[in-house]
Amino acid sequence: MHIVDRRLNPGGKSLENRQRFLRRAKALVQRAVYESSQNRDIQDILKGGEISIPLDGTEEPRFHRGPEGLREHILPGNKEFLEGDILPRPDSGGGKPKAGGEGSGEDAFRFILTRDEFLDLFLDDLELPDLAKKRLVSADQINPVRSGYSVTGSPANLAINRTMRLAMMRRVALHRPKPETVAKLAAEAAECKDDERRAALEAEIKLLESKVRRIPYIDPIDIRYRRFENEPKPVAQAVMFCLMDVSGSMSEHMKDLAKRFYMLLYIFLTRQYRRVEIVFIRHTDVAEEVDEETFFRSPATGGTQVSSALEAMRRILQDRFPPSDWNIYAAQASDGDNAYSDNATAAALLTDAILPVSQYFAYLEVGEARSVAISSGSALWSLYERIQAGWPVLSMRRVSDRSQIYPVFHDLFQRRAAETRSG
Amino acid sequence: MAKASMERLFDGADWDFSTIQRIHDACQRIAIDELGLDVYPNQIEIITAEQMLDVYSSIGMPLFYKHWSFGKHFAHHEAFYRKGLRGLAYEIVINSSPCISYLMEENTATMQALVIAHAAFGHNHFFKNNYLFKLWTDAEGILEYLNFAKGYITRCEERYGHAAVERTLDAAHALMSHGVHRYAGRKTPSLREEETRERERREYDERIFNDLWRTVPVGKGKVMPDLDLERRRAIAGLPQENVLYFLEKMAPRLKPWQREILRIVRHVAQYFYPQSQTKVMNEGTATYVHYRIMTRLHELGGIGDGDFLEFLKSHTNVVFQPTFNDQRYSGLNPYALGFAMMQDIERIVTKPKEEDRLWFPEIAGTGDAMAVLRDLWANYRDESFVSQFLSPHLMRQMRMFHLTDDPQEEEGLRVAAIHDERGYRRIRRELARQYDVGWIDPHIEIVDVDLAGDRRLLVKHTVLNGGFLEDADAKRVLQHLADLWSYDVLMQEVDSTGLVLREHLTHPRLSSVAA
Repeated sequence: MHIVDRRLNPGGKSLENRQRFLRRAKALVQRAVYESSQNRDIQDILKGGEISIPLDGTEEPRFHRGPEGLREHILPGNKEFLEGDILPRPDSGGGKPKAGGEGSGEDAFRFILTRDEFLDLFLDDLELPDLAKKRLVSADQINPVRSGYSVTGSPANLAINRTMRLAMMRRVALHRPKPETVAKLAAEAAECKDDERRAALEAEIKLLESKVRRIPYIDPIDIRYRRFENEPKPVAQAVMFCLMDVSGSMSEHMKDLAKRFYMLLYIFLTRQYRRVEIVFIRHTDVAEEVDEETFFRSPATGGTQVSSALEAMRRILQDRFPPSDWNIYAAQASDGDNAYSDNATAAALLTDAILPVSQYFAYLEVGEARSVAISSGSALWSLYERIQAGWPVLSMRRVSDRSQIYPVFHDLFQRRAAETRSG
Repeated sequence: MAKASMERLFDGADWDFSTIQRIHDACQRIAIDELGLDVYPNQIEIITAEQMLDVYSSIGMPLFYKHWSFGKHFAHHEAFYRKGLRGLAYEIVINSSPCISYLMEENTATMQALVIAHAAFGHNHFFKNNYLFKLWTDAEGILEYLNFAKGYITRCEERYGHAAVERTLDAAHALMSHGVHRYAGRKTPSLREEETRERERREYDERIFNDLWRTVPVGKGKVMPDLDLERRRAIAGLPQENVLYFLEKMAPRLKPWQREILRIVRHVAQYFYPQSQTKVMNEGTATYVHYRIMTRLHELGGIGDGDFLEFLKSHTNVVFQPTFNDQRYSGLNPYALGFAMMQDIERIVTKPKEEDRLWFPEIAGTGDAMAVLRDLWANYRDESFVSQFLSPHLMRQMRMFHLTDDPQEEEGLRVAAIHDERGYRRIRRELARQYDVGWIDPHIEIVDVDLAGDRRLLVKHTVLNGGFLEDADAKRVLQHLADLWSYDVLMQEVDSTGLVLREHLTHPRLSSVAA
């Protein structure tokens, strides 16, 4: 007999088979991925995870008997029956004994995807539009960043505190006599009358002094320099503005639609940029920056002034996200109502301050579930339509049902030549 | 109980390689000297849970060609395992020489002892001695052959593309259960010879290849002489129930590498064919052997009382048979039935009752249980084993009954037989039939092909007791068959008198395998 330890063999022998399976079941997995993403938070969606996919399309058919015809079973555990008894047929599916080799009853199985697999499938043929600033990706700035200590370096970087601490540790460890101890002994020796005693003291002083000489106060090995590492500063970063009208006319359903759209946008940006910031701005007739929870859940009410949100966005842009460093994306969700008097202000803000620096500005007009298609545009819709003529970075779509979100998103961000893009 | 006469093999749950070695040696002494087993040399491999999942999903083989369906099974098992819904098998054992048993590192020392007794001696003995395995499998050659298959399929993928190879494999897998020879004809060459033959064929092809022949003008095709029906069938080897074999030899448009792939799948199917016919016996043997060995180890003092209790707990789980009305019931447990039958045979041989002498005159009271069992293990398969050795005693003990589900009968299911004098033989016959592959697998044959005409393939399914093929799956399989054949395929479902009950006609797809 011999024993072989295979535990250290490379694992993941199934990896390739798994990839083959994914490739084959791609369409199915993609649908399942999309469905499973509906119940997640924006940040949560990046975790990958478990999905269940139907088995059709990945079936492995065999010839086997169908449900018809006479069947015989031998079963264990008879306690009451006699030959010739008639048993009522159990409801199909429930408890009916299955003979070996009968068709498999599974119709779906659960499948764990890694984060990357999940996202790859989720975003398969999407691409950021108009990547004017993409060249910045390679042109990272380099920043020196403190990263611990080193034993070599230039005098300018001498880390005095650290050096002194090490020197003291060494002195304590090696029992370097303190100057006071020597002075005290010297004083004692000077006053001492007894020759024998004085000789002993002097010998001790001599010993201590030689020890002081041998153990220096600061040794070259104590010296430390501050170490710097060059860290590339990520320039490829993006900020995403989520603007939402939360006035009374926005129903939960509409917010849900908007959330799904933002979610897609977030994942999408995370794939492209090393850092993605999200700014949630909600507005009624005043706008405020809030966190995700408040953004989607907390109720608010009041009149509607879109310009307030645009103004807030402009201010935040100015304060925190200089367009030279950041790729700016915005998605605005609204039911399309706006105070008539506000339109001119909003238009001016958009064309003067926001659209010129944005990579993409998506306007999503959300409607009530199963509402008939809005024939003539809302106030905001017609306003944006006018603006759009001169600003192709502005895109607009109407959505009224959950199932439309992904197609609409897909449509907005599809791979295509920039110039052929139309609203 | 015998006085302790063996060093304690281990203490507690921990084990190391020397523990495994000691356990193996102790088991071996009992298996060989006391039980008289005859085994292939053992190789024991320690693997992790993830590796166990790997082995699982490539139908229990340590190396296998790549295919998406294995990935699917892996994902499936893994999801269940991660959720804790299903544990892993404690062991997997490979019918090869040396006989490879996989042990999971998570097992306790007692479990390792159980697994070694079960796999490395029980299964191992069965593989080496059962006539079906002797006839159909090539324990020395299988690993080498699988290695060749893996390499061959990889090379095909490089040359002809993943998609083409995948299509061929999919089609071959669909027909896998109809890719076995059920009766031994001429001596099948060993798998090693198969590999050599393939290499020689290829080398020969390469040597005689001469591009000049392409330019030779083609004359008028020779006219096929009219053959009468019988002769034509004889030439094609019809009727043929080994569908894969038929396609490999006769499909007109397959490329040589595709034929080789069919051949590989067919060999693998053939290798597993005995296992499907001996589930009850194989697991029964292994369970009976581990039970004997572990009990003996305990008697001799090799394992302590606590360890023995741990063993009994696992053992009881393995041979647990829920009754038909239990939530957990999912058919007869082959471990339970096999183990119970073997214990019952031991009883009949050593302490027979009057009834047993009547039913089993050849073995009752002969006294040497192991000799009888060794003989059974060597010469029977599930069907013949049950039909000859299921005793009235065991039928009563398991309270077996026979239920007939006849769609004609409006009222419900009829109890056709119970464990009484009138029922014993009927139950036994019916149960044996459930293990008869001839009854379980649909009976499919290729009966005719018009090679001179439109080349349509005629396939026949003989319907038993109104059991038609499941329609959707049958259509898919027939599609694969038509793709491989690359001409129309007509399947007729006929009853035992030859009356055609249903027909399925399938056309090959345009992007078919052989296109």
